[in-house]
Formats: sequence, structure tokens, C-alpha cells
Amino acid sequence: MKPNLILHVIAKFVIPLIILFALYVQFHGDFGPGGGFQAGVIFSSAFILYGLVFGLDAAEKIIPSNWLQKLAALGVVIYAGVGMVSLMLGGNYLDYSLLGSNQIAGQHLGILLVELGVGITVAAVMLILFFAFAGRGRE
Amino acid sequence: MIDIVINITHLAFLAITSIAILRMTNLFAIVMLYGIFSLLSAGLFVVMDAPDVAFTEAAVGAGISTVLMLATLALVKRPEKPYYAEAPRVHRPWLPLAVVLVTGSALVYGTWDIPGFGASDSPAQTHVASYYIDNAVKETGVPNIVTAVLASYRGFDTLGEVVVVYTAAVAVLLLIGGRRSRAVPKTKPKPKGKGDQDET
Repeated sequence: MKPNLILHVIAKFVIPLIILFALYVQFHGDFGPGGGFQAGVIFSSAFILYGLVFGLDAAEKIIPSNWLQKLAALGVVIYAGVGMVSLMLGGNYLDYSLLGSNQIAGQHLGILLVELGVGITVAAVMLILFFAFAGRGRE
Repeated sequence: MIDIVINITHLAFLAITSIAILRMTNLFAIVMLYGIFSLLSAGLFVVMDAPDVAFTEAAVGAGISTVLMLATLALVKRPEKPYYAEAPRVHRPWLPLAVVLVTGSALVYGTWDIPGFGASDSPAQTHVASYYIDNAVKETGVPNIVTAVLASYRGFDTLGEVVVVYTAAVAVLLLIGGRRSRAVPKTKPKPKGKGDQDET
């Protein structure tokens, strides 16, 4: 792959915007369309674009794959952990109402945390899939 | 009115795209057309007032899965053999055609009993949906009811989905993920330097 100047410049310009948009979708999912799943996919697409333009090795230097595996598990743990916390506070599993001072605050915090867990898992899993498939073509 | 025009245009493009996919043998072009198909579906969902679904379809269908298929394509040979090149046509197409026509007309007949789009008295809308619409904002304080339903009312369901996504990653890693760590020491001599990654 020859270094392609236009591609590199455009990618460097676009990638921060993609990440910003992913964060917007993640944390604005309560108010507009979107949520953890979409945000995770968009977030991972920024890194995939980086991997496509600058090469897989460069992308893996930014996010090592053993991190990705831990992050993928971390998202599930966050989600299930929120359920455990609400269980310990005396509510039902995944009933967020007890997490905050009142029901609305609790639900809001619970949904935010759960969506965060979804986003982390989805982003990490998408990158794992991409690295697994693209990495095989290397040798 | 404008909705109908947009819908018909979308559906026509979907039909054209799928016929083009069927008739093509260049896998690269087919992958690109898959992406276009997903994007068109996303547009259709937007017209149906389902931006959350459209969002997912555009991001996953048109974005990630296209990239994954391209990455896979880089591993296999480009052109697919045309189906007619392998075996000369010996079978008669009439039986399959009859089956398809009968099944298709049965499905079309079935659609006559489907409640109209967005009909408020359809079974899907009368069960729990009205409860969500009445109480979701009151109970969760989240204006986007879709998020409230997915993350709160149906939290178990979404937890299951996340576990499924995680399981997919585990399965892929088990099947093809560990290969590279073993192969790296073998290809130490570095064939062409930093070059031929996987540029698809």
C-alpha cells in the first residue's frame, strides 16, 4: 500500500469527528435517536477507518487486542453489575429506581450506565471482529 | 403523499439492487451493493419514523458488515463462478417457479389481513405499547421512549443481546483469532515490509 496523502489527511480530519459523533450518540441517546449499540458501532468504525488507511499494525498499537478482549467483557460486567447493585439495594434485578435519590434520577443513572456498558461491549466486539478477519490476510 | 412517492422509490431501488446482486458474479461489486441495500433500507426506516432502527441499519448493515465482508473478500478469490458455467442446465425451471409463485401469492394473500401501517388498534399496539407511551416519560424521565423501553423496561432482553454480542466475539476469537500470534514468529523474514496489509 503506497502512502496516499489525500487519504491520510482526510482520515485524520474525519476520525475525531466520528468519535465525537459516537460520544454524542452515546450520551444523547436518552433524548434523541441512538444509544449504546449505535454509538459503539460508530466508535469502532473510527478505529476501523484508521486501520484501513494507516495499516493494521498502527491501529493495533492504539488499541492492543488484549485490551479489546477485556473491554468487551467489561461492558457486560457493567451492565450485569448495575443489575446486581439494584438487587443489593433491595430492588429487583435491573430495576434502576433505587439507584438514585428518587425514581427518575435512579432510572436516568441506570439507563446511562447500562447504555455505557452496551457501547463499550459493542465497540470492542466490532474491533475484535475486524482485527480477526483483517489480520488473517496478513501472512 | 410524499411519503408514498419516497416509499415506492425506495422499494423500487431495493428490488433493482437485489436483482443486480443476483445477476452479478463480481464479489466486490456484490459487497458494495449489499451496503447500498442496507442504506436504502435505512432510508425506508426513516420514512417509517423509526430513526433508531434506521441508525442501527445504517451503522451496522451499511458500515461495519460491509467492511467485514471486504476484509473477508481480501482472503478469498474475487470472482464467483457463474452458476451456469459449472453445470449445463439440465433441470426444468418450471417446478421451482411454480413453488415460488404459489408461496409468493400465499404471502401476498396473508398481507391482506395485516393491520394497516401504524393502525392504533392492531394487536401489537394494544398490548403494552400504550402503557409505555403513557408512562415511560413519567417513570423514567427519558424523553426517547425507545431508549427507555430498551434499557429499562426490557433490560433483561438487552442484557441478553449484549451477552450475545460478546459471545460472537468469543466465538470468532476461538475460531480464527489465535492464529496470528502463532504465525508471527514464522514470518519473521518480513516479505514486503510494511506494505501489503489488507487494503481491500
